Amino acid sequence: MKITTAIFLTGFLAFAIGLFTILPWWSFVFTSFVVAVAIHQKPILAFLAGFIGVLILWVLIAVIKDTANEHILSTKVAHLLPLGGSYWLLIFITGLIGGLVSGLAATAGCNLRKTS
Amino acid sequence: MRIVPFLLSSIATAALVIGLNTQLPLGGSKSPRLGYFLSPQQGFWQNAEATNQSYSENLNIKGIKSKVDVFIDERLVPHIYAENDLDAYYVQGFLHAKFRLWQMEFQTYVAGGRLSEILGEERLPIDRFFRRIGMVYGAEQTMERMNKDPLMKATVDAYADGVNAYIKTLKPEQIPFEYKLLDYQPEQWTPVKTYLFLMFMSYDLTARGATTDLKMTNTKNYLGYEAFEKLFPNIQDSLDPIIPKSTIFAKPSLNPIIPKDIDSIYLNKTNNSSEAIAPLIPNKNNGSNNWAVAGSKTASGKPILCNDPHLGLNLPSLWYEVQINTPTHNTYGASFPGSPAVIIGFNDSIAWGVTNATRDVIDYYDIKFKDSTMDEYWYNGEWKKATHRIETIKIKGKPNLEELIAVTNFGPVMYDRSFKNASTEGKYLAIKWTANTAGNGLQTFYQLNLAKNITDYQNAIDTWTCPGQNFVFASKSGDIAIKQQGAFIARWKRQGDFIMPGTDSSYDWQGIIPNNENPMIVNPARAFVSSANQMPTDSTYPYYLGAATNFPLFRGIIINRKLAVMNGITAKDMQQMQMDNYNVFAEMARPVLLKYIDEKLLNVNEQRYVSILKKWNLKQDIAEQGATIFNAIWDSLSQEVFQDDFQKAKQPISWPDEATLLQSLLRDSVYAFADNINTKNKVETIQDDILLAVKKAAAHLQQLEKADKLNWADVKDTRVNHLLKIPALSRLHVSIGGGKNCINATTDIHGPSWRMIVHLTDEIEAYGIYPGGQNGNPGSRFYDNFIDSWAAGIYYRLLFLSKQAAEKHEKIKWHITFING
Repeated sequence: MKITTAIFLTGFLAFAIGLFTILPWWSFVFTSFVVAVAIHQKPILAFLAGFIGVLILWVLIAVIKDTANEHILSTKVAHLLPLGGSYWLLIFITGLIGGLVSGLAATAGCNLRKTS
Repeated sequence: MRIVPFLLSSIATAALVIGLNTQLPLGGSKSPRLGYFLSPQQGFWQNAEATNQSYSENLNIKGIKSKVDVFIDERLVPHIYAENDLDAYYVQGFLHAKFRLWQMEFQTYVAGGRLSEILGEERLPIDRFFRRIGMVYGAEQTMERMNKDPLMKATVDAYADGVNAYIKTLKPEQIPFEYKLLDYQPEQWTPVKTYLFLMFMSYDLTARGATTDLKMTNTKNYLGYEAFEKLFPNIQDSLDPIIPKSTIFAKPSLNPIIPKDIDSIYLNKTNNSSEAIAPLIPNKNNGSNNWAVAGSKTASGKPILCNDPHLGLNLPSLWYEVQINTPTHNTYGASFPGSPAVIIGFNDSIAWGVTNATRDVIDYYDIKFKDSTMDEYWYNGEWKKATHRIETIKIKGKPNLEELIAVTNFGPVMYDRSFKNASTEGKYLAIKWTANTAGNGLQTFYQLNLAKNITDYQNAIDTWTCPGQNFVFASKSGDIAIKQQGAFIARWKRQGDFIMPGTDSSYDWQGIIPNNENPMIVNPARAFVSSANQMPTDSTYPYYLGAATNFPLFRGIIINRKLAVMNGITAKDMQQMQMDNYNVFAEMARPVLLKYIDEKLLNVNEQRYVSILKKWNLKQDIAEQGATIFNAIWDSLSQEVFQDDFQKAKQPISWPDEATLLQSLLRDSVYAFADNINTKNKVETIQDDILLAVKKAAAHLQQLEKADKLNWADVKDTRVNHLLKIPALSRLHVSIGGGKNCINATTDIHGPSWRMIVHLTDEIEAYGIYPGGQNGNPGSRFYDNFIDSWAAGIYYRLLFLSKQAAEKHEKIKWHITFING
């Protein structure tokens, strides 16, 4: 199950590089790229692995933070952006954005190697 | 390598990252960098503070001499126990930054004219306004003066060090929410920022004149001086001043000489006019109530002191509660994030509070420059050199702007050919303002924090210059006092109410009234002292106080009326009094309205509204419909009477006060302004105006009623705005009664910003509340948790604890220790 390994690695490395908050928020672009180079799959699967890996990571952290906060801030931000005050929608969009960037980076990584 | 797909996907990745990493235009402002903002490890999610967050920690920091303990209670109020004063102020700075960093810095960006730096070019007019009125200059002057006092310098420096010590501990993901939203970074705190913040308070409390002097000039020129005097008279029939009437004042030591040409060039025929409008006009209702009752009037036999400063209602709040305990003093109260010490509060021996004096300390002078270089100006018959001050304004995404400000002996030239509008074209207006000459900064408050008795209080306030305040005082030993203190100009009548000629010294200020001639009373026979921004004295005071329209009239009447008859007073009585919604203006105005209303001329609906008005209990409580009806009818009456007289004015003018209209109607039923000058064949009487006002108001009231919004609180619609005016971060539709003429002076965006009651019993019994919360983070449960109680008139018992008591008090939840290291 290459894809499961890729998803896990993408998420784990994105989290690890994300601990260095002095680096830009998009630094996981490099880790997702590297994972896709290392674990070679079809482009569509590489994209999915990159996408799902960071999506899950971002949703997970957001949910943990948000639950402990009892949705105080997320509700405000969901009015501000504006998402009608829905913190679930905000969490979903958070995951989607992280996932998309990661997925595209993984696709680029995948395309670095010849098709198998 | 699959070159084309690789390039395409790489470019797509880069494009998406760049897009998500850029601030995009959004309405009138800019969006956050969305990727950064939403990133859970860096963005706003990091500011979502756990509701069970612990604030306890042990900190090893450099800059303190001894260990400092901070016990934090369940409302997040810190109780600081330090072994010396400087350590305490260091820790106060640290805590202000920990809970209010964005706010305290943002306020200095406003005051220092730096908003363009973080918000872009749109804010440039505001920045230029604040630069040109001399905010930075004034802060520098005060700092320079106070730095000569080693104690004050050390205090402000220790505070700055504490702020910076906190900033140093901040990891990138921990910066406050608003920095992430607006995309900028905190910078180092410096002592001048404390002085800039204090300049902002001076601006807020004394600089309405920067706008009203221009408007008053326009109004006088438009109406002519005689009509102007009628609409803006300097007599208030129903005034109940701070110093009781019939008090005898000493002969004045200064007798300002009236310029000889005042009638021809100042009052009547000047062509000075301007429609320059300040970007942030200080609210006319920036006022407050304070009073103290002597032991002879209280149940306990000990004095009670009360204060509720009325200011703009904002989140994060202007105030931050704190207790500071050192070997020299033990003080509790409301502090300003941005400044050391307590501003309104009490200590083991005394309590103090402030209201705004609202005296006029800001004037314009019309300067005649030789040419547009502004190098030389005409003064006392010769050309005099002006100095030039250049201030650099940074603008986000644009080159810097070098702002050139000419400085004359009157002060900085606020309006010139580069900062002007249609009506100031060609005019150079210098501003003279007590705030931008060197003040004493914090010294007065610092000394009040340490004061033990009435002598200390008098010495502390004696050096206070700007903004002029009514300092109320009470002590455990039984003294009560109030003094209006500030640097007040000895003026001739009407001096500075309009733009003055700046070509010679005859219109210049001729002196500052000596402190011992400022109005003061100590332990008066009536056993209470009070102030509510009314004129401090009756007309027997030997100095001109400034235009009467600067002074609200009605709150003072109701406060004095109540206190005069109250006895056996308790802290609970005082709480009820601060929340009182009785409208004494309506008490005087309703009979006049009813006298002139001919109900036969009204339809059924209009009659119904009038009948509700008749039955109204004169209280502006939440559900009172009578309050809505009264205010609607009065507003439309004011329009009926004055609209026609003013509609042809091409420049911004001042609208006559409600007190003036009422006074005229009470004095005389034939009121010249009642006639609508647009109707040629008819002379309207006040009856006609009131009938029309009722009919127009009724149409409006009917709409409100249809929307089920006739209740007073719904119409008033009080809100506590975030400083950036973002609705999602504000508290809207707060259900609370009151209004500008009530003791509970809560309007839509303005009101009692800190309510405090101090009962000076052996063990002090104090209560307080403000409409906000101790934590400035919108992601904290302590962000706005006081607001509902504040609106409901619930007070918190303030925990004024010894260190031993704090260590084991049930309401103490957290403990921070600061250790030098």
